[in-house]
Amino acid sequence: MVEFWNSYGFPLTIILVQSLGLLVSVLLVVAYLLLADRKIWAAVQMRRGPNVVGAYGLLQSFADLLKFVLKEPVIPAGADKTVFLMAPIVTAVLALSAWAVIPLDDGWVVANINVGILYIFAISSLGVYGVIMGGWASNSKYPFLGALRSAAQMVSYEVSIGFVIITVLLCAGSLNISEIVKAQDTAYGALGWYWLPLFPMFVIFFVSALAETNRPPFDLPEAESELVAGFMVEYSSTPYLLFMLGEYVAITTMCALMTVLFLGGWLPPVNYAPFTWVPGVIWFLLKVCFAFFMFAMVKAIVPRYRYDQLMRLGWKVFLPISLAMVVIVAGVLQIFQLAP
Amino acid sequence: MSIATAFFYIFAVVTIASAIMVITVRNPVHAVLFLILAFFNAAGLFVLLGAEFIAMILVIVYVGAVAVLFLFVVMMLDVDFAELRAGYAKYLPVGGLIGAILLAELLLVVSAWTIAPESALRIGERIPGDVTNAEAIGRVLYTRYVYFFELSGLVLLVAMIGAIVLTLRHREGVKRQNIGDQVARDRTAIEIKKVETGRGI
Repeated sequence: MVEFWNSYGFPLTIILVQSLGLLVSVLLVVAYLLLADRKIWAAVQMRRGPNVVGAYGLLQSFADLLKFVLKEPVIPAGADKTVFLMAPIVTAVLALSAWAVIPLDDGWVVANINVGILYIFAISSLGVYGVIMGGWASNSKYPFLGALRSAAQMVSYEVSIGFVIITVLLCAGSLNISEIVKAQDTAYGALGWYWLPLFPMFVIFFVSALAETNRPPFDLPEAESELVAGFMVEYSSTPYLLFMLGEYVAITTMCALMTVLFLGGWLPPVNYAPFTWVPGVIWFLLKVCFAFFMFAMVKAIVPRYRYDQLMRLGWKVFLPISLAMVVIVAGVLQIFQLAP
Repeated sequence: MSIATAFFYIFAVVTIASAIMVITVRNPVHAVLFLILAFFNAAGLFVLLGAEFIAMILVIVYVGAVAVLFLFVVMMLDVDFAELRAGYAKYLPVGGLIGAILLAELLLVVSAWTIAPESALRIGERIPGDVTNAEAIGRVLYTRYVYFFELSGLVLLVAMIGAIVLTLRHREGVKRQNIGDQVARDRTAIEIKKVETGRGI
Protein backbone atom coordinates (compact mmCIF):
# COMPACT_ATOMS: atom_id res chain seq x y z
CA MET A 1 0.00 0.00 0.00
CA VAL A 2 2.83 2.37 0.96
CA GLU A 3 4.66 1.42 -2.22
CA PHE A 4 1.56 2.04 -4.29
CA TRP A 5 1.15 5.46 -2.67
CA ASN A 6 4.79 6.36 -3.32
CA SER A 7 4.81 5.27 -6.95
CA TYR A 8 1.33 6.37 -8.06
CA GLY A 9 -0.70 8.11 -5.36
CA PHE A 10 1.80 10.80 -4.45
CA PRO A 11 2.74 11.86 -8.02
CA LEU A 12 -0.95 11.83 -8.93
CA THR A 13 -1.77 14.15 -6.01
CA ILE A 14 0.99 16.55 -7.08
CA ILE A 15 -0.28 16.57 -10.68
CA LEU A 16 -3.84 17.16 -9.46
CA VAL A 17 -2.79 20.09 -7.24
CA GLN A 18 -0.68 21.62 -10.04
CA SER A 19 -3.47 21.24 -12.59
CA LEU A 20 -6.06 22.75 -10.25
CA GLY A 21 -3.76 25.68 -9.48
CA LEU A 22 -3.09 26.29 -13.16
CA LEU A 23 -6.79 25.95 -14.00
CA VAL A 24 -7.87 28.47 -11.38
CA SER A 25 -5.19 30.98 -12.37
CA VAL A 26 -5.96 30.62 -16.08
CA LEU A 27 -9.67 31.16 -15.43
CA LEU A 28 -8.94 34.20 -13.24
CA VAL A 29 -6.65 35.68 -15.88
CA VAL A 30 -9.26 35.00 -18.56
CA ALA A 31 -11.96 36.70 -16.45
CA TYR A 32 -9.89 39.90 -16.29
CA LEU A 33 -8.71 39.69 -19.90
CA LEU A 34 -12.38 39.53 -20.88
CA LEU A 35 -13.01 42.69 -18.92
CA ALA A 36 -9.89 44.28 -20.43
CA ASP A 37 -11.15 43.35 -23.88
CA ARG A 38 -14.43 45.17 -23.28
CA LYS A 39 -12.71 48.14 -21.64
CA ILE A 40 -10.22 48.55 -24.51
CA TRP A 41 -13.00 48.22 -27.04
CA ALA A 42 -14.98 50.86 -25.17
CA ALA A 43 -11.99 53.20 -24.88
CA VAL A 44 -11.38 53.10 -28.63
CA GLN A 45 -15.04 53.98 -29.21
CA MET A 46 -14.87 56.63 -26.45
CA ARG A 47 -17.31 54.86 -24.15
CA ARG A 48 -16.78 53.92 -20.53
CA GLY A 49 -17.32 50.20 -20.87
CA PRO A 50 -18.53 48.04 -17.97
CA ASN A 51 -18.17 50.22 -14.83
CA VAL A 52 -21.10 49.34 -12.58
CA VAL A 53 -20.29 45.99 -10.95
CA GLY A 54 -17.50 46.59 -8.45
CA ALA A 55 -14.96 49.42 -8.66
CA TYR A 56 -14.28 50.20 -12.35
CA GLY A 57 -16.41 47.18 -13.24
CA LEU A 58 -13.78 44.81 -11.87
CA LEU A 59 -16.38 42.19 -10.90
CA GLN A 60 -18.24 42.33 -14.22
CA SER A 61 -16.98 38.94 -15.47
CA PHE A 62 -18.10 37.23 -12.25
CA ALA A 63 -21.52 38.87 -12.46
CA ASP A 64 -21.80 37.59 -16.03
CA LEU A 65 -20.82 34.12 -14.86
CA LEU A 66 -23.56 34.13 -12.23
CA LYS A 67 -26.09 35.41 -14.72
CA PHE A 68 -25.32 32.68 -17.24
CA VAL A 69 -25.31 29.90 -14.68
CA LEU A 70 -28.64 30.93 -13.13
CA LYS A 71 -30.52 31.17 -16.42
CA GLU A 72 -32.53 28.32 -17.87
CA PRO A 73 -30.82 26.28 -20.59
CA VAL A 74 -33.10 25.97 -23.60
CA ILE A 75 -32.59 23.01 -25.92
CA PRO A 76 -34.43 23.24 -29.25
CA ALA A 77 -36.98 20.49 -29.88
CA GLY A 78 -35.37 19.39 -33.15
CA ALA A 79 -31.84 19.37 -31.78
CA ASP A 80 -29.63 16.33 -31.40
CA LYS A 81 -29.52 16.57 -27.61
CA THR A 82 -26.30 14.67 -26.88
CA VAL A 83 -24.21 16.35 -29.56
CA PHE A 84 -25.82 19.71 -28.74
CA LEU A 85 -24.68 19.53 -25.12
CA MET A 86 -21.35 17.90 -25.93
CA ALA A 87 -20.25 20.70 -28.27
CA PRO A 88 -19.70 23.45 -25.64
CA ILE A 89 -18.05 20.96 -23.27
CA VAL A 90 -15.65 19.87 -26.03
CA THR A 91 -14.79 23.50 -26.78
CA ALA A 92 -14.11 24.43 -23.16
CA VAL A 93 -12.21 21.27 -22.22
CA LEU A 94 -9.98 21.36 -25.30
CA ALA A 95 -9.18 25.03 -24.80
CA LEU A 96 -8.23 24.47 -21.17
CA SER A 97 -6.23 21.29 -21.78
CA ALA A 98 -3.79 23.11 -24.07
CA TRP A 99 -2.44 24.92 -21.01
CA ALA A 100 -0.95 21.70 -19.62
CA VAL A 101 2.23 22.07 -21.67
CA ILE A 102 2.74 25.84 -21.55
CA PRO A 103 5.68 26.79 -19.30
CA LEU A 104 4.95 29.83 -17.13
CA ASP A 105 8.54 30.02 -15.89
CA ASP A 106 11.65 27.87 -16.04
CA GLY A 107 10.32 24.47 -14.96
CA TRP A 108 6.82 25.75 -14.15
CA VAL A 109 4.96 23.39 -16.41
CA VAL A 110 2.45 20.66 -15.59
CA ALA A 111 3.50 18.31 -18.42
CA ASN A 112 6.98 18.92 -19.82
CA ILE A 113 6.54 16.62 -22.83
CA ASN A 114 8.93 16.32 -25.76
CA VAL A 115 6.32 17.12 -28.40
CA GLY A 116 4.70 20.01 -26.52
CA ILE A 117 4.35 22.30 -29.50
CA LEU A 118 2.73 19.54 -31.57
CA TYR A 119 0.35 18.87 -28.68
CA ILE A 120 -0.78 22.50 -28.66
CA PHE A 121 -1.11 22.49 -32.42
CA ALA A 122 -3.19 19.31 -32.28
CA ILE A 123 -5.43 20.63 -29.50
CA SER A 124 -5.99 23.98 -31.20
CA SER A 125 -6.84 22.24 -34.46
CA LEU A 126 -9.50 20.25 -32.62
CA GLY A 127 -11.22 23.44 -31.50
CA VAL A 128 -13.19 23.38 -34.74
CA TYR A 129 -15.16 20.33 -33.56
CA GLY A 130 -17.02 22.24 -30.88
CA VAL A 131 -18.15 24.73 -33.50
CA ILE A 132 -19.14 22.16 -36.13
CA MET A 133 -20.94 19.92 -33.65
CA GLY A 134 -22.79 22.86 -32.12
CA GLY A 135 -23.80 24.19 -35.51
CA TRP A 136 -25.02 20.87 -36.79
CA ALA A 137 -26.77 19.70 -33.63
CA SER A 138 -28.79 22.91 -33.36
CA ASN A 139 -30.77 21.75 -36.42
CA SER A 140 -31.21 25.29 -37.63
CA LYS A 141 -30.02 27.23 -40.67
CA TYR A 142 -27.90 30.05 -39.23
CA PRO A 143 -25.90 27.87 -36.84
CA PHE A 144 -25.22 25.43 -39.65
CA LEU A 145 -23.98 28.16 -41.99
CA GLY A 146 -21.79 29.49 -39.19
CA ALA A 147 -20.38 26.02 -38.56
CA LEU A 148 -19.57 25.48 -42.23
CA ARG A 149 -17.83 28.82 -42.42
CA SER A 150 -15.77 28.15 -39.34
CA ALA A 151 -14.75 24.68 -40.51
CA ALA A 152 -13.34 26.06 -43.77
CA GLN A 153 -11.77 29.03 -42.01
CA MET A 154 -10.04 27.17 -39.21
CA VAL A 155 -8.68 24.46 -41.50
CA SER A 156 -7.27 27.09 -43.87
CA TYR A 157 -5.43 29.11 -41.26
CA GLU A 158 -4.15 26.07 -39.43
CA VAL A 159 -1.95 25.37 -42.45
CA SER A 160 -0.07 28.65 -42.21
CA ILE A 161 0.16 28.36 -38.40
CA GLY A 162 1.77 24.96 -38.97
CA PHE A 163 4.40 26.42 -41.28
CA VAL A 164 5.11 29.29 -38.88
CA ILE A 165 5.65 26.76 -36.09
CA ILE A 166 7.99 24.79 -38.38
CA THR A 167 10.21 27.83 -38.99
CA VAL A 168 10.46 28.45 -35.25
CA LEU A 169 11.29 24.78 -34.69
CA LEU A 170 14.04 24.96 -37.31
CA CYS A 171 15.63 27.82 -35.38
CA ALA A 172 15.14 26.29 -31.93
CA GLY A 173 15.90 22.68 -32.81
CA SER A 174 13.40 21.17 -30.38
CA LEU A 175 9.71 20.34 -30.11
CA ASN A 176 9.78 20.92 -26.36
CA ILE A 177 8.33 24.33 -25.49
CA SER A 178 10.72 25.01 -22.60
CA GLU A 179 13.64 24.27 -24.94
CA ILE A 180 12.22 26.69 -27.52
CA VAL A 181 12.18 29.43 -24.90
CA LYS A 182 15.70 28.58 -23.76
CA ALA A 183 16.93 28.73 -27.37
CA GLN A 184 15.87 32.40 -27.37
CA ASP A 185 17.98 33.17 -24.31
CA THR A 186 20.86 35.11 -25.89
CA ALA A 187 23.03 38.03 -24.79
CA TYR A 188 20.90 40.45 -26.85
CA GLY A 189 17.82 40.15 -24.61
CA ALA A 190 14.62 41.16 -26.38
CA LEU A 191 16.46 41.56 -29.70
CA GLY A 192 17.45 37.91 -29.64
CA TRP A 193 13.88 36.61 -29.40
CA TYR A 194 12.44 35.18 -32.58
CA TRP A 195 10.06 38.06 -33.29
CA LEU A 196 12.92 40.05 -34.86
CA PRO A 197 14.71 37.48 -37.05
CA LEU A 198 11.38 35.88 -38.05
CA PHE A 199 9.36 39.09 -38.22
CA PRO A 200 7.24 38.13 -41.28
CA MET A 201 6.31 34.87 -39.56
CA PHE A 202 5.44 36.78 -36.39
CA VAL A 203 2.93 38.89 -38.35
CA ILE A 204 1.52 35.85 -40.15
CA PHE A 205 1.19 33.98 -36.86
CA PHE A 206 -0.62 36.90 -35.25
CA VAL A 207 -3.14 37.25 -38.09
CA SER A 208 -3.62 33.48 -38.37
CA ALA A 209 -4.17 33.27 -34.62
CA LEU A 210 -6.95 35.85 -34.99
CA ALA A 211 -8.55 33.74 -37.71
CA GLU A 212 -8.04 30.46 -35.86
CA THR A 213 -9.79 31.74 -32.75
CA ASN A 214 -12.64 33.38 -34.72
CA ARG A 215 -11.70 36.82 -33.43
CA PRO A 216 -12.72 39.96 -35.25
CA PRO A 217 -11.98 40.87 -38.06
CA PHE A 218 -12.31 37.17 -38.90
CA ASP A 219 -15.39 36.38 -36.80
CA LEU A 220 -17.37 35.23 -39.83
CA PRO A 221 -18.76 32.12 -38.04
CA GLU A 222 -20.68 34.43 -35.72
CA ALA A 223 -21.07 37.51 -37.90
CA GLU A 224 -24.12 39.06 -36.27
CA SER A 225 -25.10 41.17 -39.27
CA GLU A 226 -25.43 38.06 -41.44
CA LEU A 227 -25.89 35.02 -39.20
CA VAL A 228 -27.43 36.47 -36.00
CA ALA A 229 -24.86 34.78 -33.74
CA GLY A 230 -23.62 32.04 -36.03
CA PHE A 231 -23.16 28.62 -34.47
CA MET A 232 -24.21 29.95 -31.04
CA VAL A 233 -27.71 31.10 -32.03
CA GLU A 234 -29.55 28.30 -30.24
CA TYR A 235 -27.35 28.27 -27.15
CA SER A 236 -28.24 29.87 -23.85
CA SER A 237 -27.24 29.76 -20.21
CA THR A 238 -24.34 27.50 -19.16
CA PRO A 239 -23.69 25.90 -22.59
CA TYR A 240 -23.33 29.40 -24.04
CA LEU A 241 -21.04 30.34 -21.15
CA LEU A 242 -18.85 27.32 -21.95
CA PHE A 243 -18.61 28.38 -25.59
CA MET A 244 -17.58 31.89 -24.62
CA LEU A 245 -15.15 30.56 -22.02
CA GLY A 246 -13.61 28.17 -24.55
CA GLU A 247 -13.25 30.97 -27.05
CA TYR A 248 -11.50 33.31 -24.63
CA VAL A 249 -9.29 30.57 -23.20
CA ALA A 250 -8.30 29.66 -26.79
CA ILE A 251 -7.42 33.32 -27.40
CA THR A 252 -5.32 33.39 -24.23
CA THR A 253 -3.63 30.15 -25.33
CA MET A 254 -2.78 31.74 -28.66
CA CYS A 255 -1.35 34.76 -26.82
CA ALA A 256 0.71 32.41 -24.65
CA LEU A 257 1.89 30.52 -27.73
CA MET A 258 2.92 33.79 -29.35
CA THR A 259 4.79 34.69 -26.16
CA VAL A 260 6.58 31.36 -26.09
CA LEU A 261 7.43 31.18 -29.79
CA PHE A 262 8.29 34.79 -30.57
CA LEU A 263 8.49 36.87 -27.40
CA GLY A 264 10.88 34.77 -25.33
CA GLY A 265 8.44 33.23 -22.83
CA TRP A 266 9.59 33.94 -19.28
CA LEU A 267 12.87 35.66 -20.27
CA PRO A 268 13.45 39.28 -19.23
CA PRO A 269 13.79 41.78 -22.12
CA VAL A 270 17.17 43.03 -20.88
CA ASN A 271 19.71 40.71 -19.29
CA TYR A 272 20.73 43.17 -16.55
CA ALA A 273 20.14 43.56 -12.85
CA PRO A 274 16.74 45.16 -12.15
CA PHE A 275 15.09 43.18 -14.95
CA THR A 276 16.55 39.82 -14.00
CA TRP A 277 15.27 40.19 -10.40
CA VAL A 278 11.65 40.10 -11.56
CA PRO A 279 10.35 36.51 -11.50
CA GLY A 280 9.89 34.90 -14.91
CA VAL A 281 6.18 34.30 -14.42
CA ILE A 282 5.62 38.09 -14.21
CA TRP A 283 7.40 38.60 -17.54
CA PHE A 284 5.34 35.79 -19.03
CA LEU A 285 2.11 37.36 -17.80
CA LEU A 286 3.11 40.81 -19.04
CA LYS A 287 3.90 39.44 -22.50
CA VAL A 288 0.60 37.54 -22.64
CA CYS A 289 -1.22 40.76 -21.68
CA PHE A 290 0.68 42.65 -24.39
CA ALA A 291 -0.30 40.03 -27.00
CA PHE A 292 -3.91 40.19 -25.79
CA PHE A 293 -3.85 43.99 -25.99
CA MET A 294 -2.95 43.67 -29.67
CA PHE A 295 -5.81 41.19 -30.15
CA ALA A 296 -8.22 43.61 -28.46
CA MET A 297 -7.02 46.60 -30.49
CA VAL A 298 -7.50 44.69 -33.73
CA LYS A 299 -11.05 43.87 -32.66
CA ALA A 300 -11.76 47.52 -31.94
CA ILE A 301 -10.14 48.98 -35.06
CA VAL A 302 -10.43 46.65 -38.05
CA PRO A 303 -13.77 46.09 -39.85
CA ARG A 304 -14.92 42.55 -40.59
CA TYR A 305 -13.57 40.76 -43.66
CA ARG A 306 -15.74 39.38 -46.41
CA TYR A 307 -15.61 35.61 -46.59
CA ASP A 308 -13.90 35.37 -50.00
CA GLN A 309 -11.29 37.90 -48.86
CA LEU A 310 -10.64 35.76 -45.80
CA MET A 311 -10.09 32.66 -47.94
CA ARG A 312 -7.90 34.62 -50.35
CA LEU A 313 -5.73 35.90 -47.52
CA GLY A 314 -5.29 32.42 -46.09
CA TRP A 315 -4.59 30.44 -49.23
CA LYS A 316 -3.16 32.93 -51.70
CA VAL A 317 -1.13 35.20 -49.43
CA PHE A 318 -0.17 33.48 -46.18
CA LEU A 319 0.37 29.96 -47.50
CA PRO A 320 2.89 30.91 -50.24
CA ILE A 321 4.74 33.34 -47.96
CA SER A 322 5.00 30.89 -45.09
CA LEU A 323 6.03 28.04 -47.42
CA ALA A 324 8.73 30.25 -48.93
CA MET A 325 9.88 31.27 -45.46
CA VAL A 326 10.27 27.64 -44.39
CA VAL A 327 12.60 27.09 -47.38
CA ILE A 328 14.47 30.37 -46.82
CA VAL A 329 14.95 29.87 -43.08
CA ALA A 330 16.07 26.27 -43.57
CA GLY A 331 18.47 27.40 -46.33
CA VAL A 332 19.96 30.23 -44.28
CA LEU A 333 20.40 28.00 -41.25
CA GLN A 334 22.11 25.38 -43.39
CA ILE A 335 24.39 27.75 -45.34
CA PHE A 336 25.60 29.72 -42.32
CA GLN A 337 25.79 26.60 -40.15
CA LEU A 338 23.41 28.14 -37.60
CA ALA A 339 21.18 25.11 -37.18
CA PRO A 340 21.29 23.79 -33.61
CA MET B 1 -0.74 -5.04 -13.40
CA SER B 2 0.80 -1.62 -13.86
CA ILE B 3 -1.13 1.57 -14.53
CA ALA B 4 0.22 1.60 -18.11
CA THR B 5 -1.29 -1.83 -18.75
CA ALA B 6 -4.61 -0.68 -17.35
CA PHE B 7 -4.53 2.31 -19.68
CA PHE B 8 -3.65 0.03 -22.59
CA TYR B 9 -6.79 -1.98 -22.00
CA ILE B 10 -8.92 1.14 -21.58
CA PHE B 11 -7.67 2.63 -24.85
CA ALA B 12 -7.90 -0.70 -26.68
CA VAL B 13 -11.45 -1.43 -25.53
CA VAL B 14 -12.67 2.09 -26.35
CA THR B 15 -10.97 1.98 -29.77
CA ILE B 16 -12.62 -1.30 -30.72
CA ALA B 17 -15.98 -0.35 -29.23
CA SER B 18 -16.07 2.97 -31.07
CA ALA B 19 -14.90 1.31 -34.29
CA ILE B 20 -17.86 -1.06 -34.01
CA MET B 21 -20.15 1.90 -33.32
CA VAL B 22 -18.88 3.59 -36.51
CA ILE B 23 -20.42 0.87 -38.65
CA THR B 24 -23.51 0.19 -36.55
CA VAL B 25 -24.98 3.59 -35.69
CA ARG B 26 -27.67 4.85 -38.04
CA ASN B 27 -26.77 8.52 -38.09
CA PRO B 28 -23.73 9.18 -40.33
CA VAL B 29 -22.67 12.21 -38.28
CA HIS B 30 -22.61 10.10 -35.13
CA ALA B 31 -20.58 7.52 -37.06
CA VAL B 32 -17.93 10.14 -37.90
CA LEU B 33 -17.86 11.32 -34.30
CA PHE B 34 -17.22 7.73 -33.17
CA LEU B 35 -14.50 7.47 -35.81
CA ILE B 36 -12.85 10.50 -34.22
CA LEU B 37 -13.07 8.84 -30.81
CA ALA B 38 -11.38 5.75 -32.30
CA PHE B 39 -8.56 7.92 -33.74
CA PHE B 40 -8.10 9.55 -30.36
CA ASN B 41 -7.72 6.28 -28.54
CA ALA B 42 -5.34 4.99 -31.19
CA ALA B 43 -3.25 8.09 -30.48
CA GLY B 44 -3.41 7.17 -26.80
CA LEU B 45 -2.03 3.71 -27.63
CA PHE B 46 0.86 5.32 -29.52
CA VAL B 47 1.63 7.52 -26.50
CA LEU B 48 1.76 4.38 -24.31
CA LEU B 49 4.27 2.86 -26.75
CA GLY B 50 6.44 5.96 -26.36
CA ALA B 51 5.72 7.06 -29.93
CA GLU B 52 4.33 10.45 -28.93
CA PHE B 53 5.42 12.10 -32.20
CA ILE B 54 3.30 9.70 -34.27
CA ALA B 55 0.46 10.07 -31.79
CA MET B 56 0.41 13.86 -32.21
CA ILE B 57 0.72 13.64 -35.99
CA LEU B 58 -2.18 11.17 -35.99
CA VAL B 59 -4.33 13.64 -34.08
CA ILE B 60 -3.26 16.62 -36.22
CA VAL B 61 -3.66 14.93 -39.60
CA TYR B 62 -6.54 12.54 -39.11
CA VAL B 63 -8.61 14.19 -36.41
CA GLY B 64 -7.70 17.81 -37.12
CA ALA B 65 -7.92 17.75 -40.90
CA VAL B 66 -9.25 14.56 -42.52
CA ALA B 67 -12.11 13.92 -40.11
CA VAL B 68 -13.15 17.58 -40.26
CA LEU B 69 -13.60 17.27 -44.01
CA PHE B 70 -15.43 13.97 -43.49
CA LEU B 71 -17.80 15.59 -41.03
CA PHE B 72 -18.17 18.55 -43.35
CA VAL B 73 -19.32 16.34 -46.23
CA VAL B 74 -21.45 13.98 -44.15
CA MET B 75 -23.36 16.85 -42.55
CA MET B 76 -24.34 18.21 -45.93
CA LEU B 77 -25.58 14.85 -47.21
CA ASP B 78 -29.33 14.56 -47.34
CA VAL B 79 -29.64 10.96 -46.26
CA ASP B 80 -32.99 9.31 -46.74
CA PHE B 81 -32.99 6.26 -44.49
CA ALA B 82 -36.12 4.70 -46.01
CA GLU B 83 -34.46 4.75 -49.42
CA LEU B 84 -31.30 3.24 -47.97
CA ARG B 85 -33.25 0.33 -46.56
CA ALA B 86 -35.23 -0.21 -49.77
CA GLY B 87 -32.28 -1.74 -51.61
CA TYR B 88 -31.29 -3.85 -48.63
CA ALA B 89 -32.80 -7.14 -49.81
CA LYS B 90 -31.64 -6.64 -53.39
CA TYR B 91 -27.98 -6.23 -52.53
CA LEU B 92 -27.94 -8.74 -49.67
CA PRO B 93 -26.69 -11.78 -51.70
CA VAL B 94 -23.76 -9.89 -53.31
CA GLY B 95 -22.85 -8.09 -50.12
CA GLY B 96 -23.15 -11.28 -48.09
CA LEU B 97 -20.89 -13.13 -50.53
CA ILE B 98 -18.17 -10.44 -50.39
CA GLY B 99 -18.47 -10.35 -46.60
CA ALA B 100 -18.15 -14.12 -46.34
CA ILE B 101 -15.05 -14.18 -48.58
CA LEU B 102 -13.40 -11.38 -46.58
CA LEU B 103 -14.21 -13.15 -43.30
CA ALA B 104 -12.76 -16.44 -44.60
CA GLU B 105 -9.57 -14.66 -45.68
CA LEU B 106 -9.23 -12.90 -42.37
CA LEU B 107 -9.71 -16.18 -40.49
CA LEU B 108 -7.03 -17.85 -42.64
CA VAL B 109 -4.57 -15.06 -41.91
CA VAL B 110 -5.31 -14.80 -38.20
CA SER B 111 -5.21 -18.57 -37.61
CA ALA B 112 -1.65 -18.71 -39.00
CA TRP B 113 -0.56 -15.91 -36.69
CA THR B 114 1.11 -16.86 -33.44
CA ILE B 115 1.50 -14.44 -30.58
CA ALA B 116 4.45 -14.81 -28.23
CA PRO B 117 2.99 -15.57 -24.79
CA GLU B 118 5.32 -13.15 -22.97
CA SER B 119 4.22 -10.23 -25.18
CA ALA B 120 0.90 -10.05 -23.34
CA LEU B 121 2.76 -9.03 -20.18
CA ARG B 122 4.59 -6.17 -21.86
CA ILE B 123 1.83 -4.45 -23.84
CA GLY B 124 1.84 -1.24 -21.84
CA GLU B 125 5.61 -0.75 -21.99
CA ARG B 126 7.51 1.90 -23.89
CA ILE B 127 9.85 1.00 -26.72
CA PRO B 128 13.36 1.48 -25.31
CA GLY B 129 15.65 4.09 -26.84
CA ASP B 130 17.70 7.11 -25.85
CA VAL B 131 16.83 9.57 -28.64
CA THR B 132 13.56 11.48 -28.91
CA ASN B 133 10.91 10.31 -31.34
CA ALA B 134 11.23 13.11 -33.84
CA GLU B 135 14.99 12.65 -33.97
CA ALA B 136 14.73 8.87 -34.40
CA ILE B 137 12.26 9.23 -37.26
CA GLY B 138 14.33 11.98 -38.90
CA ARG B 139 17.46 9.83 -38.80
CA VAL B 140 15.97 7.07 -40.92
CA LEU B 141 13.45 9.05 -42.95
CA TYR B 142 15.98 11.31 -44.67
CA THR B 143 18.73 8.72 -45.07
CA ARG B 144 17.62 5.16 -45.51
CA TYR B 145 14.08 5.82 -46.73
CA VAL B 146 14.74 9.06 -48.57
CA TYR B 147 13.54 7.73 -51.95
CA PHE B 148 10.32 6.40 -50.49
CA PHE B 149 9.84 9.70 -48.71
CA GLU B 150 10.30 11.68 -51.91
CA LEU B 151 8.10 9.27 -53.83
CA SER B 152 5.26 9.72 -51.35
CA GLY B 153 5.73 13.47 -51.64
CA LEU B 154 5.40 13.15 -55.41
CA VAL B 155 2.24 11.06 -55.07
CA LEU B 156 0.70 13.73 -52.83
CA LEU B 157 1.72 16.45 -55.30
CA VAL B 158 0.05 14.59 -58.17
CA ALA B 159 -3.09 14.13 -56.09
CA MET B 160 -3.10 17.82 -55.23
CA ILE B 161 -2.69 18.94 -58.83
CA GLY B 162 -5.33 16.40 -59.87
CA ALA B 163 -7.83 17.85 -57.40
CA ILE B 164 -7.14 21.37 -58.66
CA VAL B 165 -7.46 20.35 -62.32
CA LEU B 166 -10.75 18.54 -61.63
CA THR B 167 -12.36 21.52 -59.95
CA LEU B 168 -10.83 24.43 -61.85
CA ARG B 169 -13.31 26.12 -64.18
CA HIS B 170 -12.80 29.40 -65.97
CA ARG B 171 -16.18 31.06 -66.17
CA GLU B 172 -16.76 34.03 -68.42
CA GLY B 173 -18.22 37.28 -67.20
CA VAL B 174 -17.40 36.88 -63.51
CA LYS B 175 -16.39 40.03 -61.70
CA ARG B 176 -13.37 39.46 -59.54
CA GLN B 177 -11.81 41.67 -56.93
CA ASN B 178 -8.29 42.76 -57.80
CA ILE B 179 -6.68 43.73 -54.51
CA GLY B 180 -3.57 45.13 -56.23
CA ASP B 181 -5.65 47.53 -58.35
CA GLN B 182 -7.61 48.68 -55.33
CA VAL B 183 -4.55 49.37 -53.27
CA ALA B 184 -2.75 51.14 -56.14
CA ARG B 185 -5.70 53.47 -56.72
CA ASP B 186 -5.09 57.18 -56.05
CA ARG B 187 -6.85 58.74 -53.12
CA THR B 188 -9.14 61.15 -54.94
CA ALA B 189 -12.24 59.06 -54.30
CA ILE B 190 -11.98 59.30 -50.53
CA GLU B 191 -11.48 62.09 -48.10
CA ILE B 192 -8.81 61.64 -45.44
CA LYS B 193 -9.45 63.39 -42.13
CA LYS B 194 -6.96 63.99 -39.38
CA VAL B 195 -8.68 63.06 -36.13
CA GLU B 196 -7.46 64.52 -32.87
CA THR B 197 -6.64 61.90 -30.24
CA GLY B 198 -9.49 61.30 -27.80
CA ARG B 199 -11.96 63.44 -29.76
CA GLY B 200 -13.59 61.39 -32.48
CA ILE B 201 -15.38 62.86 -35.47
